[in-house]
Amino acid sequence: MRTLTSSLHFDFMGKRKFAMALSIFLILLSLASLATRGLVFGIDFTGGTLIEVGYAQEVDPEVVRKVLADNGFAEAQVQQFGTPQDILIRLAPREGVKSSDLSDKIFSILSKASAGEIELRRVEFVGPQVGDELTEDGALAVLVALMAILMYVAVRFEWRFAVGSVIALVHDVTITLGFFSLFQMQFDLTVLAAVLAVIGYSLNDTIVVFDRIRENFRKIRKGESEEVINISLNQTLARTIVTSLTTLIVLLALFVLGGEIIHNFSLALILGVVVGTYSSIYVASSAVLMLGVSKADLMPVQKEGQQVDDMP
Amino acid sequence: MLNQYPLWKNLLVAFVLAIGLFYALPNLYSQDPAIVVSGSRGAVVDSPLQEKINTALESSGIAVKAMEEKEERLLIRFPSTTDQQEAQHVIAGVLPENVSYALTTAANVPGWLLAVGGKPVNLGLDLRGGIHVLIDVDMDAAIKDKIEAYTGDVRTALRSRKLRYLTVKADAKGVDVKFKDAATRDKAEEALGNEFRNLGMETRDAEGAYFVRLTLPPAETRLIKRFALQQNITTIRNRVNALGVAEPLVQQQGERRIVVELPGVQDPTQVKNILGATATLEYRLVDTEHDALDAKNSGKVPPGSRLYKVREDGRPILLKKRVIVTGNQITDASSGFDQRSGSPMVLVNLDGKGARRMRNVTIDNVGKPMAVVFKENRIVGRDAEGKPIKRLVEDVISVANILEPLGARFQTTGLDSPQEAHELALLLRAGALAAPIDIVEERTIGPSLGQENIDQGFNSVIIGLLLVMVFMVVYYKVFGLFANAALIANLVLMMAVLSLLQATLTLPGIAGIVLTVGMAVDANVLIYERIREEMRVGSTPQASIHAGYAKAFSTIMDANITTLIAAIVLFSIGSGPVKGFAVTLAIGIMTSMFTSIVGTRALANLVYGGKRVKKLAI
Repeated sequence: MRTLTSSLHFDFMGKRKFAMALSIFLILLSLASLATRGLVFGIDFTGGTLIEVGYAQEVDPEVVRKVLADNGFAEAQVQQFGTPQDILIRLAPREGVKSSDLSDKIFSILSKASAGEIELRRVEFVGPQVGDELTEDGALAVLVALMAILMYVAVRFEWRFAVGSVIALVHDVTITLGFFSLFQMQFDLTVLAAVLAVIGYSLNDTIVVFDRIRENFRKIRKGESEEVINISLNQTLARTIVTSLTTLIVLLALFVLGGEIIHNFSLALILGVVVGTYSSIYVASSAVLMLGVSKADLMPVQKEGQQVDDMP
Repeated sequence: MLNQYPLWKNLLVAFVLAIGLFYALPNLYSQDPAIVVSGSRGAVVDSPLQEKINTALESSGIAVKAMEEKEERLLIRFPSTTDQQEAQHVIAGVLPENVSYALTTAANVPGWLLAVGGKPVNLGLDLRGGIHVLIDVDMDAAIKDKIEAYTGDVRTALRSRKLRYLTVKADAKGVDVKFKDAATRDKAEEALGNEFRNLGMETRDAEGAYFVRLTLPPAETRLIKRFALQQNITTIRNRVNALGVAEPLVQQQGERRIVVELPGVQDPTQVKNILGATATLEYRLVDTEHDALDAKNSGKVPPGSRLYKVREDGRPILLKKRVIVTGNQITDASSGFDQRSGSPMVLVNLDGKGARRMRNVTIDNVGKPMAVVFKENRIVGRDAEGKPIKRLVEDVISVANILEPLGARFQTTGLDSPQEAHELALLLRAGALAAPIDIVEERTIGPSLGQENIDQGFNSVIIGLLLVMVFMVVYYKVFGLFANAALIANLVLMMAVLSLLQATLTLPGIAGIVLTVGMAVDANVLIYERIREEMRVGSTPQASIHAGYAKAFSTIMDANITTLIAAIVLFSIGSGPVKGFAVTLAIGIMTSMFTSIVGTRALANLVYGGKRVKKLAI
């Protein structure tokens, strides 16, 4: 187990051209997919009605679809949800029908058609204008979070680090969104929350690496920027891997045991943690190097470290 | 000496942990099935009523665990859900109309814990089942209504001053009054200016006619909107209370939205019907000077009158435009049956102003007919943008001759069914909506799904926690144990803070807890890797521990503060599920900084501090 922490000398920065090519490829792929296929937005953003119905025995979604089509709901999307007894029905906003009554109508149609008792497990109805507002608020949340972080890092470190961390974050968010677009997975409010959590996590990772880079720039008197960054990455590598591992362990537990509703949420986080770990090594640090960070930029204005004795 | 905490620091850790354990404690107590009895519109659950309920329950042999009064409500606990179900019917039988009951659960927390503010954490609707609706208030309609009311007031004001006008017309922005000559117009301008100081006024001449135009200034518009929202919140709160929900939440959101959360409600259809209902009554005199059928066929409705139809047979009827009293002036209403005819009726009580008006008008009009109008806003369809198309349905439900002057209390018949009478009485009691509303978002979670969500969330927290703990012990040995102790302490502290703040725990909130478990060990990983580094360069164990904690500190702070920024942004901008996630994430970051830095250091100092240590188990 100790092997991880023994001195490592990976030449991370030497391979940054290759990493950059990979990142650019992934980002272009994501952007292309987002542009052509787009995201499959959930009803949180598009508006519409979602109904989850529980049957006493296994039920074929095709049968449910037919029942609904016979009763004038041909456009209803019907799918199995979690267990074979659970059915999820999605409906777009409808003209001429009071949307908040739609769920009652669907449920009574299905009750009549079903032999046994059925249970209304969940109804979600979002009006079109609320959906638009959520989309705006969500985009705003991502932007404001990025801005606030940019400012904090610029104040605590230096502007090149701030730019580097934000480039890494944009990289992570784009690839996560690209994944959801490529595989046409439902993008709802919980996935948005996951994307924002990915921003927090990936940043956490990046800051730890930056912290070490700053420290080493001050400590190591000679040595090129590239070498200093390489040393820092190697020193923090063990921590980066261990933390990603523990986070991935709990996320896998959430993915497997957490139930259908947060399935996509945990998937987005798993993806984000993997991409975020990679980006804090390659994207953020390469960006800082390419922006031309040097020792002079990081020399402390006043001596730090007086307080350490009394800290925990 | 190196690696020894002063006594106060150890005491601080112990103290924080003790407080945390104490306030997390209420979550361990079981929930009793219970029934809450509460009165609406001033009705109180007094001791005679309590006595009545008690006797009824005793005589039907239902076991009661406890009865307690809190905040003017009566909470009855039962030993089992079967008792609760049976008691429900017994209690329903003895309650008067304006007192309602609801099934709920009540935590079995002992009194001493409650006395110091110990409460179990609030479960969100996705965990306990229930209905959440977001209501949009139609502000344009509120303004239109107000302008129409001003139109009537302008007519009255001009008439009382004997100033002759040609027409008074309302449009979307104001009231236009037309006069034949400039002199009258100028007099009217002065009179109206005195009476309606809060309105904007301008004059204009066109094609031999002279106009005064009254408009709503922006401040007045704001006032109308605020009033409409407040009035609607009050009304909806009254309606929700009358429905009988254990812990309802009715809250303003933004400038035109209202959030309603009703935990445990099983029938969303009934809730939506009652919340959105706009049914109210209006009392008007019948225009007996003109013929209604003529007016309908020729389309020429005499000024001062309006054409209605009678609900029973659809025949036209002309009613005076001036309303005697409206639903707003009704203070109380109850439903029942008319003693003579046996048809469903509503017995109404008027407030002082309404009663005076009713008396004055009826004294002058004894022997003449008066009509009762049933008004309801019904949604008849939706336009292309999904906005509801509403039509105001106005039916005359009864016409009767005024036999004698009416006062504050009288009955109205002509309703379709006892059910309609019952709902109308409920709506009149709760007060009318000041502006029509529309449900723009609904989330209903069935009770079994709620329980499933709790179980699944709880399982993933436990399994994730165990796996991480195993990993930490294997990888960091004794120091891994310190980190694990900190992890458990962190969960306890999180529960304590959530319970103390009475924050709402939702499924995304549980996801936030799970994520915190994964990230909380990060601080320890940072510290331990630093300690290992120090050991490798040849520092003594004691110096390594010291340097490890000291050097990792600023990194941990920077990393956590940036994540905290993201959590705060999520909380302030996000809604619903996103908020729930942000709350636990933010709380988790703060508690974990304490447990994984200060907590593990205290343990490390306790085990290794102040001794000669040759080797560290890390």
